[in-house]
Amino acid sequence: MLDCGLDMTSTLNFLPLPLVQSPRLSKLPGLVLKDGSTFLDKELKECSGHVFVDSVPEFCLPETELLDLSTVDVILISNYHCMMALPYITEYTGFTGTVYATEPTVQIGRLLMEELVNSIERVPKAQSASTWKNKEVQRLLPAPLKDAVEVSMWRKCYTMPEVNAALSKIQLVGYSQKIELFGAVQVTPLSSGYALGSSNWIIQSHYEKVSYVSGSSLLTTHPQPMDQASLKNSDVLILTGLTQIPTANPDGMVGEFCSNLAMTVRNGGNVLVPCYPSGVIYDLLECLYQYIDSAGLSNVPFYFISPVANSSLEFSQIFAEWLCHNKQTKVYLPEPPFPHAELIQTNKLKHYPSIHGDFSNDFKQPCVIFTGHPSLRFGDVVHFMELWGKSSLNTVIFTEPDFSYLDALAPYQPLAMKCVYCPIDTRLNFIQVSKLLKEVQPLHVVCPEQYTQPPPSQSHRTDLMIDCQPPPMSYRRAEVLTLPYKRRYEKIEIMPELADSLVPLEIKPGISLATVSAMLHTKDNKHVLQLPPKPPQPPTSKKRKRVSDDVPECKPLKPLLSGSIPVDQFVQTLEKHGFSDVKVEDTAKGHIVLLQEAETLIQIEEDSTHIICDNDEPLRVHEGRKVKLCCLGCSDAI
Amino acid sequence: MPEIKVTPLGAGQDVGRSCILVSIAGKNVMLDCGMHMGYNDDRRFPDFSYITQNGRLTDFLDCVIISHFHLDHCGALPYFSEMVGYDGPIYMTHPTKAICPILLEDYRKITVDKKGETNFFTSQMIKDCMKKVVAVHLHQTVQVDEELEIKAYYAGHVLGAAMFQIKVGCESVVYTGDYNMTPDRHLGAAWIDKCRPDLLITESTYATTIRDSKRCRERDFLKKVHETVERGGKVLIPVFALGRAQELCILLETFWERMNLKAPIYFSTGLTEKANHYYKLFITWTNQKIRKTFVQRNMFEFKHIKAFDRAFADNPGPMVVFATPGMLHAGQSLQIFRKWAGNEKNMVIMPGYCVQGTVGHKILSGQRKLEMEGRQILEVKMQVEYMSFSAHADAKGIMQLIRQAEPRNVLLVHGEAKKMEFLKQKIEQEFHVNCYMPANGETTTIFTNPSIPVDISLGLLKRETAIGLLPDAKKPKLMHGTLIMKDNSFRLVSPEQALKELGLAEHQLRFTCRVHIQDPRKEHETVLRVYNHLKGVLKDYSVQHLPDGSITVESILIQATAHSEDQGTKVLLVSWTYQVGILERTYISSSSHWS
Repeated sequence: MLDCGLDMTSTLNFLPLPLVQSPRLSKLPGLVLKDGSTFLDKELKECSGHVFVDSVPEFCLPETELLDLSTVDVILISNYHCMMALPYITEYTGFTGTVYATEPTVQIGRLLMEELVNSIERVPKAQSASTWKNKEVQRLLPAPLKDAVEVSMWRKCYTMPEVNAALSKIQLVGYSQKIELFGAVQVTPLSSGYALGSSNWIIQSHYEKVSYVSGSSLLTTHPQPMDQASLKNSDVLILTGLTQIPTANPDGMVGEFCSNLAMTVRNGGNVLVPCYPSGVIYDLLECLYQYIDSAGLSNVPFYFISPVANSSLEFSQIFAEWLCHNKQTKVYLPEPPFPHAELIQTNKLKHYPSIHGDFSNDFKQPCVIFTGHPSLRFGDVVHFMELWGKSSLNTVIFTEPDFSYLDALAPYQPLAMKCVYCPIDTRLNFIQVSKLLKEVQPLHVVCPEQYTQPPPSQSHRTDLMIDCQPPPMSYRRAEVLTLPYKRRYEKIEIMPELADSLVPLEIKPGISLATVSAMLHTKDNKHVLQLPPKPPQPPTSKKRKRVSDDVPECKPLKPLLSGSIPVDQFVQTLEKHGFSDVKVEDTAKGHIVLLQEAETLIQIEEDSTHIICDNDEPLRVHEGRKVKLCCLGCSDAI
Repeated sequence: MPEIKVTPLGAGQDVGRSCILVSIAGKNVMLDCGMHMGYNDDRRFPDFSYITQNGRLTDFLDCVIISHFHLDHCGALPYFSEMVGYDGPIYMTHPTKAICPILLEDYRKITVDKKGETNFFTSQMIKDCMKKVVAVHLHQTVQVDEELEIKAYYAGHVLGAAMFQIKVGCESVVYTGDYNMTPDRHLGAAWIDKCRPDLLITESTYATTIRDSKRCRERDFLKKVHETVERGGKVLIPVFALGRAQELCILLETFWERMNLKAPIYFSTGLTEKANHYYKLFITWTNQKIRKTFVQRNMFEFKHIKAFDRAFADNPGPMVVFATPGMLHAGQSLQIFRKWAGNEKNMVIMPGYCVQGTVGHKILSGQRKLEMEGRQILEVKMQVEYMSFSAHADAKGIMQLIRQAEPRNVLLVHGEAKKMEFLKQKIEQEFHVNCYMPANGETTTIFTNPSIPVDISLGLLKRETAIGLLPDAKKPKLMHGTLIMKDNSFRLVSPEQALKELGLAEHQLRFTCRVHIQDPRKEHETVLRVYNHLKGVLKDYSVQHLPDGSITVESILIQATAHSEDQGTKVLLVSWTYQVGILERTYISSSSHWS
């Protein structure tokens, strides 16, 4: 199974979870259906024309019906965003396999999960809405709830014990480490350049190579650059996790982010940046580190609020080996690779586990706050949206591309606060994809259907799709795709003793053949050929029975023969072996050789030889055969 | 027969200047490039003329691998690459790459600035040398070239120490460098998978030692330090800046904390703070416990241990000082030692191995009057204690590693000849593998017997395995095929496919034998008798009576005719092809007789 992501856009249908009782949210009117019925008014609330579920947010799981997940042997994780559904899979489906991921992926993935669990668990919600999920009821609801898919499959958030159990099933791997799976295939993670520890995966046997490219970046940010060379010679390249915002240039967005931030603060407003606790935030802090002095923001406090803020900042500093070259060099000095260490030291950046406690004492405005969750449905960000939403001095800047910012803001409407959309998605865009594909030249490309056509909202932009030859094979949710290659060969090892016993024969210049009759041992999908056992010994001890059990019935098989027999040479050989009365007769198709004394007649033709023996003695035949084989020396046994 | 050749240029029956040449399947790899602490002349570096007499280093060597940052493993590197001249790749782990140049610079300073030697490598040479270094991750398979690959395993010992697997085709060598099989307070234990190398080259520093439990040693150490401090004495602990220093610091730090002690602990040289910083940044290389708790509390931020100033040595009252270097052969530790040696209240604790020729080695072997520079005699009255805290595997650990990796041969380096001899016997007895211990410059040749990988057509393999699926898939079975050898490629296919591929026609070879039997009955009755008989005898074979009156047993054809002269004699024509097994044939001919 490749990756194990969680669709969190489902949470956009829910009301935000406020940390502190919000009078505005609690006063929202219940939904009244078109026919005037109000039986849903406890579950569904209306806000500025949108309907929201008033319940604990729920997530949309990966497809679990299509196959029995207990038959999955291995899950390969490509980056920490793509493992958020792991506890649902490892804890509830009978999964007993192994999960492979890099160390930073696991550590930061754990932080993301911890933050998620924490921000949902600390706001216990008394009610859990389920009536609306009834198919008959859902039909009556306004969009987008009416069209939400698989709502019956939506699940509440997992718990920390489940997270720990899931993570304990992960085996840590390093880039370019070759991992043998059941002797049949080898998997190898490669740097994908997108996030700390993010990987693409090579899945290969001796003859076939499948590359799984997911969430890759060619931009120089903090992670180690993408390893493209190792993707070459792929039979199939599975391509996914491209940028969600193909039209936005990340560099430009960062510039816009900085200028909007500066403008707001200069005007005395506050800036709210809804974000994940790891990833782009490191780059943003680094930009700000260079920017704040020149922009005269040295006295503005920057706050990073998350239950895992401290861990995230600390962890970022210890993964030197997973960082880009510049950052690695810093560690060699030894200096912390990220400048946020200095921001913290100089008190410009402060981090808090939540808005409670120390933060409330230190809190000064105007300020800049980085906090989660980017969906604006839970986490400390909900508090600041409620707090700052009424003033047009304040700005919320969206940098994470996973959620539509308009949908995210819907339950906060009407809003006086400024909203700026600067999505920073460093993953591959379509131009980079075509360059990459030209570079690595896979035989076939497999990708989600969306990448094979322009985005629905911009159907004229034919440049916003994958363009390659042969055209990519696309897949849809719950569709089974057969990959177009046929396996023809497998590796087998010939033991040295057997190799020594082989007699190669040069058939054509440069081509030799040898007949192999050997014992085939197959263990853990590895095949080995050994010398066949000697014919079974006559019974000598009681153990005989066991021995014959172990040794399979051994029938030496004769090779196929090829070539034709030169008669003169054959006759000479016969004479050499003591046949004195050899007579040769020519026939239409060849020759007949008569051995009168041995009462034997040999018909020789171009592609066949027939030895007819008139004698009862089978031994005789053997002898003839032996001679015959000698002659065949110049012919070939295959 | 393929062979692996090993020649130690250093560390052969010796500790110091580790440098081992390995030739495997046409590739030449140099393992470590160290200096010898016991020498100040030419002998301090490995003798590279062994290679250069036949040409340039770069032409001969495919790569150089450095196992860890200790100078006896990397101290000769700038000399080797910049002064003798090597431009190929040098592999080491990230922490080693980070720390190695600092120790080299330190070594250069002591040699050139303090001892005034010339003709030594320069700072610039260290920098140029480090530019040739390629950093590797643990378990990453590094493809040095098309055939040669190397892979690093965790070795414990010091931060960033690694064991390396060198592999060409199916032949492989594992070199351990220095390793530790028991986890300590800041590092984990060495680990390797069952990689079954043809040869394991292992260090053998503690070849004959089986150390008591670590806990006892630690308690002993703390007791001695504590007692000395209590009676107002000073404790000197000579260490290398990185490695045991951190281990003992953690030990003393926790002890001071627990016992609420007030005596100052110092750590000498400016290197230290920097050193601890490396431990903080490379925390992923430390043990599990430290890694898990580092966000809450970084074990390398010490509360009780402060930087040492030269003037402190003359302060009255008790103190504990960690000072470099660890063998008392130069620098600050030696200076402090000279100051404190005369007082019996004081104590020096040697926590690691000392090379012959160093002051450390002398006092450990009981010498109490030392001749210092300028003919001065230094009388040692302070107590001298030796406590093995060096993170090397002991005899038990070495055996454990052999058990883990299951090598076909073992070669000992980095130890003393006498002790090696003992361990060699033990290894040969317990594992029944050959064990070698070459001296420097001596070449050991090991013959390998690799199996040959060939491509088998899936059709043939499936056919053979399908037959085997019943009744027992695991049982080995006989397979027949034809090996096609063409331009170094080996393919095993079915004989039919081989004929077809090469455009050869099959040559049929048939045998027919006339068997005369006395049977007055009619021909078809004779046939029926033979048929019934065969059917009874050959239960495992398919025996058929065809409409044309002939009998087939598998592919063997039997026909009966009356003898042209004697009606009472019937002639059985038994006809088979060359490919028919001898077994069936024998059965048929013998049973025909029988009837």
